[in-house]
Amino acid sequence: MPDMSVKLAGVTLKNPVVVASGTFGFGREYSRFYDLGELGGICAKGLTLHPRTGNPAPRIAETPMGILNSVGLENPGVDVFIAEELPFLRQFDTKVIANISGNTPEEYGVMCEKLSAAGVDMIEVNISCPNVKAGGLAYGTRPELAAEVTEEAKKHANGVPVMVKLSPNVTDITEIAKAVEGAGADALSLINTIRGMRIDVNTRRPILRMNTGGLSGPAVLPVAVRMVWEVSQAVSLPILGMGGVSKGEDGAQLMLAGASAVAVGTALFADPFAPLKVRDGLADIAARQGLSAVSELTGGVKPW
Amino acid sequence: MNIESKCRIVEMTRLDAVTFWMVLEVGKMVEKRGLRGGQFLHIKCGDGQLLRRPISVACAVPDEPEDLATLIFEVRGEGTEWLSRRKVGDELDVMGPLGNGFDAAQPGRYLLVGGGIGVPPLMQYGECLQWPRTAVLGFRTGAKAFPAITSRFQDHCEQTCICTDDGTLGRHGFVDAQVRDILERDRSYTAVLACGPKPMLKSVAKAAAEFGVPCQVSMEERMGCGVGACLVCSCGMKDGSVRHVCKDGPVFNAEEVDWDA
Repeated sequence: MPDMSVKLAGVTLKNPVVVASGTFGFGREYSRFYDLGELGGICAKGLTLHPRTGNPAPRIAETPMGILNSVGLENPGVDVFIAEELPFLRQFDTKVIANISGNTPEEYGVMCEKLSAAGVDMIEVNISCPNVKAGGLAYGTRPELAAEVTEEAKKHANGVPVMVKLSPNVTDITEIAKAVEGAGADALSLINTIRGMRIDVNTRRPILRMNTGGLSGPAVLPVAVRMVWEVSQAVSLPILGMGGVSKGEDGAQLMLAGASAVAVGTALFADPFAPLKVRDGLADIAARQGLSAVSELTGGVKPW
Repeated sequence: MNIESKCRIVEMTRLDAVTFWMVLEVGKMVEKRGLRGGQFLHIKCGDGQLLRRPISVACAVPDEPEDLATLIFEVRGEGTEWLSRRKVGDELDVMGPLGNGFDAAQPGRYLLVGGGIGVPPLMQYGECLQWPRTAVLGFRTGAKAFPAITSRFQDHCEQTCICTDDGTLGRHGFVDAQVRDILERDRSYTAVLACGPKPMLKSVAKAAAEFGVPCQVSMEERMGCGVGACLVCSCGMKDGSVRHVCKDGPVFNAEEVDWDA
């Protein structure tokens, strides 16, 4: 059995499989299916400084090998997370990664202060949510703004590693990655969802009440692999790769492209056990290839 | 707690071109997990569909060797189309029981109000509720009032009123007019239990409120995970909060729902 542990921004994960923010709530629902300690880490549902009720429904539409969502960061706010959800997550032997979105750089700073004091293992800074008007994606598409938010987060994270989640909705993702690296980020996670739209031809209405949303699922895997590959060559930060992972081979592709760990999201909806299957699939691949550690996959692609 | 299982189809009947009656062996989901009508099962519909489909339970009864659940569904898209092509003996990947179902524990008299494909989730209440009840069942047209379903109400309810939008069977018109007439004569019902399209639920909730009768409504929304983690099936509430149809519902107290959300 190969060593399944990996390091991400100095944090040791017992295995390379994390669940993606926004697909796992705060873990309570899926804790009915298995011990959350089986997971390498949990990226908790995205938090904002104040509670948000999110967007009107319908918030989901199925597409060829994918889904569109426009939840709009519904969450109880960072204080409720710290008081009510973090203690629950802390019962499990896994790394807890808080995910934050702000309307201003200052809001990111305030949330980092609160979360680092509360004791999370890592903070994932979301500068790429396609479903909210303020902040969110705007920070993720302009290098100077991405850098400003990263600096502010780092300044207030009190040593807790800061991982910045990048948007694929840009012309050149490496520009943003470099800006974020220059601003002191400890790791990158990518990709967030790709903006998309589906229309009901009979009613001529978009399925989503917000008209557009973010695409995820197997349809985006090749985009994620390509972007992880490009970013891994442009910066030296460790990468949490995600986008359409539903089996070990998908995760291995992202790792070969340069990811140190991978996140599973949309696959959970059909199969709550998907993250464990990805983990076991990765172990099989590593064993089959005679690796002593799964981490040897990272960056191992042999490009033509 | 294992809520994912393989369930075998033991009966599959086509009621019309788009409506199917399916009976599943569901292990001991009724006896051990309390599966009942009004809850739903989240069913994987082939490898081509990424998302499961939530299908309401019409009736769930203990049985040997396995408990049985009756699902009555309409083909609405590719997922339910796949489901409609399954045969007796096929196994389905099922998550459940999920959702809450109606609360009819309080002794009294109940008024059941169903519209279209919202009728089946009330079937078990029509057939088995231990309290006296009246049923108001609405359909677009008489051909949609399948006797296999309506007889379950007619045989067990004190009174069963059928309404059709086009007047081809029973009363001509929507169910809320019938509900108003019934409550006008007698408002001593413990609760109205309603399932159907949202505009129908809204008007039934309004009628019940006018007569001071508590009303429970079963809401429908596009779902993702089915367990309350992905937050897509939101339902706006009057107090400004948001709840989720899969986990907090599908049945809500009508007066708590923001009907204009």
